[in-house]
Amino acid sequence: MAVDKNMHVLIVDDYKTMLRIIRNLLRQIGFVNIDEATDGSMALQMLRGGNYGLVISDWNMEPMTGLQLLREVRSDAKLKNTPFIMVTAESKSENVIAAKEAGVSNYIVKPFNAETLQAKMVSVLGEF
Amino acid sequence: MSSAVDRDLARHLESLRQQTGDTVKVEDIGDVVRALLTSLSGDVSASDLRLFSEVQNLANYIHNAKAEIAALRPQDIQQQYIASATDELDAIVGATENATNAILDAAEKLESLTMDVGGEIAPRLTEQTTLIYEACNFQDITGQRITKVVRALKHIEERIDALVEAFGPEVKDLEESAAPATADAPLSDEDLLNGPQLPDMAHDQAAIDALFDNS
Repeated sequence: MAVDKNMHVLIVDDYKTMLRIIRNLLRQIGFVNIDEATDGSMALQMLRGGNYGLVISDWNMEPMTGLQLLREVRSDAKLKNTPFIMVTAESKSENVIAAKEAGVSNYIVKPFNAETLQAKMVSVLGEF
Repeated sequence: MSSAVDRDLARHLESLRQQTGDTVKVEDIGDVVRALLTSLSGDVSASDLRLFSEVQNLANYIHNAKAEIAALRPQDIQQQYIASATDELDAIVGATENATNAILDAAEKLESLTMDVGGEIAPRLTEQTTLIYEACNFQDITGQRITKVVRALKHIEERIDALVEAFGPEVKDLEESAAPATADAPLSDEDLLNGPQLPDMAHDQAAIDALFDNS
């Protein structure tokens, strides 16, 4: 089944410029319903009140990190199956392993390009 | 040590306790040892003298270390240099953020032209604006690197604080503040917040993919 590009995507990052970059890149590949949060707790609140088809989240944020957000999402009955891509500068092996153990759908290391973002989205959502 | 010396030492210690109480300042230790050596006579053995000499050397060493640390003016380092460096770094973050937003403004305006120009030009414009968006990743990375440096400076500041305090009246605090970190403790969430790695230490996307697929 083709991916619905009208799905709601939540991007989470404490750097407003990064939110803007990801939003623009998503828009270029056809995704138009994009919301933004600047930390994990704000994102969690939005996720619980909305209907999101994908979360693209940074890791290193305060007060709630991307990893904590991921754990909250995976332990929430309503949200647990939401695709979740971590986009982060944290590139140590233990980070990737910890994220995978917490149930991340895929992992992108910063700085990244549009091609990588699209490829990881396809791997998580399917062709679009 | 002989019982005569024990008695003599006990008498001198009691005399000192009456003069100074139970606490002796580091800088006074040398005087105390010197007074003991001068007053003791007769039955002091060679090993006793070596022991007293070592204690006196230790007191002198601590006294000199305190003087050297004071000469470094640690409060200047805290209040002037570290504070200034932190401000400069914050300014860099602010300046790069402003510059990045200006670049993004321009790129978005360029991209909006694709609807006006159409034809072969439109996809080429989109392609170039994508490259601009990708390049603007730098702001996030440099911001995180600078945050790491600021954190390191704060750590240095805390250590200086601890050092200054430790060389105050309570010298015994020195030992407590120097407790070694536990090497084999399990990684906490905080341990995983390392920020960007230096280029020659970092995994690239291919390595991340391999780790992700194989872990």
